[in-house]
Amino acid sequence: MSMKVGSRQVDGVTIVDCSGRITLGEGSVILRDTVRDLLGKGNKKIVLNLQDVNYIDSSGIGELVSAFTTTKNQGGELKLLNLTKKVNDLLQITKLYTVFDVKDDEASAVKSFK
Amino acid sequence: MAMTEQRVSYTLDSSLETIDNAEAKATRVATELGFPDDEIMQISMAVREGAVNAVLHGNAYAPDKKVTLAFERAGGDLIITIRDQGRGMDLSKIPNPLAPENLLKTSGRGIFLMRSFMDVVEIRPTATGTELKLIKHVHGPTAGGKEASQ
Repeated sequence: MSMKVGSRQVDGVTIVDCSGRITLGEGSVILRDTVRDLLGKGNKKIVLNLQDVNYIDSSGIGELVSAFTTTKNQGGELKLLNLTKKVNDLLQITKLYTVFDVKDDEASAVKSFK
Repeated sequence: MAMTEQRVSYTLDSSLETIDNAEAKATRVATELGFPDDEIMQISMAVREGAVNAVLHGNAYAPDKKVTLAFERAGGDLIITIRDQGRGMDLSKIPNPLAPENLLKTSGRGIFLMRSFMDVVEIRPTATGTELKLIKHVHGPTAGGKEASQ
């Protein structure tokens, strides 16, 4: 299953609902383009909802890091929401769990930007 | 790979499709050998990362270069070999992805993930490229080989 994204606004925060796989190729490109597009339009409070992301490879992990740093470098903030166990485990073993601000419910994720 | 076969190998193009293909084959083999779900995921991901290295960093998508992928059941081990025809890599130049100064790098985690998920990871140069060997010990009721029980 390839990756799909859809974005919505909640109290000034952009929630990007991701589903499928974030892997080398299409999945990573879609995520990259989505975040760049949001930043280009001035949306700098971003939450990636990964609830339906069932697989991420090292390229996908790199893309998450890139999205995080790109957003930060433009004065914004990017947070992760609703990690599956697989993704959570990957972020733990790569120590990226300490880098990302990870939330497990949307309301607190949105509220955390204020 | 049928459970009764000892070894099967594939010759694959240096393409993105090969990476997905290698992952799918690894999932099938690991499933057939009775690995639990979490280890199937680990084996599949390790093979995917190995295939990424072979296609991108080894063969650099060159259409005239091939990737060979082999699965072998030897005793209590699943042995996976991935060979490319590239120039090889200097492992000493691959930074530790867990070092604080490297955490925000966008690449360099593939070998680390393979080592995290497999029992043995060996990388060595060959006359024609690089050979990656991934070994996972078979645990549980299928350990020792289904072949032996037939």
